[in-house]
Amino acid sequence: MAEQVYFEDIEVGAEIPQLKKNCSTQQLVLWAAGSGDFYQIHYDKDFAQKTGLPGLIVHGALKNAFLGQLLHDWAGENGQVRKFGCAYRGMDDPNQDILCRGVVTKKYQESGKNLVELDVWTEKPDGKKTSPGTALVALPSKS
Amino acid sequence: MTQAKPSVITEEMRAAIGAEGPPAVLEVEKTNCRMYARSVGHTDPIFYDEAAAKGRGYRGIAAPPGFLGTPTFRPGGGSGAPGEAGGRNFSVPYKRILNGGTDYEYFPDAPDGDVICAGDTITARSSILSFEETEGSLGPMLITKRQTTYTNQNGKLVAKMDGTLIQY
Repeated sequence: MAEQVYFEDIEVGAEIPQLKKNCSTQQLVLWAAGSGDFYQIHYDKDFAQKTGLPGLIVHGALKNAFLGQLLHDWAGENGQVRKFGCAYRGMDDPNQDILCRGVVTKKYQESGKNLVELDVWTEKPDGKKTSPGTALVALPSKS
Repeated sequence: MTQAKPSVITEEMRAAIGAEGPPAVLEVEKTNCRMYARSVGHTDPIFYDEAAAKGRGYRGIAAPPGFLGTPTFRPGGGSGAPGEAGGRNFSVPYKRILNGGTDYEYFPDAPDGDVICAGDTITARSSILSFEETEGSLGPMLITKRQTTYTNQNGKLVAKMDGTLIQY
């Protein structure tokens, strides 16, 4: 994990460190087992094509979990991910880069907590956002 | 919604809005935490190693973000997932289902909240928030929003999940 980030160092509009993913079909099978989602469009190409899809697609919930990792790693040992989530707007293919990104939209203190709101999303190599969402993270203070 | 197309939302469905479904029991086990973390690609040792997790103040291996426990499988039954009945078991004229999105909320340091760790037994209660009909690029769609609340074995609130289900 990266060095601890502190509330004082965060600026609205700043981007957090990106997380790059690229799912092999093996990772999709791992995720099926890890999450309990065994829908065949994620590992059986014939089945996926019969439903009208061009091929296998990455699970939306896996992309959401990638955003969870992006935020967990950014928040560090002394930060906490309070909220995160996204809409599953577009499909991602296996063996293609999925870039997980986040930008700070608001920072404030409430009930003694240092809170940061972010826009988060995953994007395809052409820049198209496939999983737009938001997050709330509590960060430690230097003081 | 147009006059020509009658609503697919039945009286039975309207009556179900806000009503809590039967609770589902979810187990948070070490192996499942590790498997979930591994499938995502997490590198933080708190998701894999008990000593590392305890060293960071957790009661046991931490549940990775988005992992809320494993439903109890019963041969011949459903998957046991919370909210499984939420919107899926109503008679609607659409065959296809898409998961529209999921939002998670955690309560790690709320007075009545806690983190989720291996060894926890979670009770999940799901209810439908709304049904909505729209016309999208895929044709007419029914959008079901539901919320599931997760409490642990000590009655502590550990998570809420808002989900959107699209039928078309």
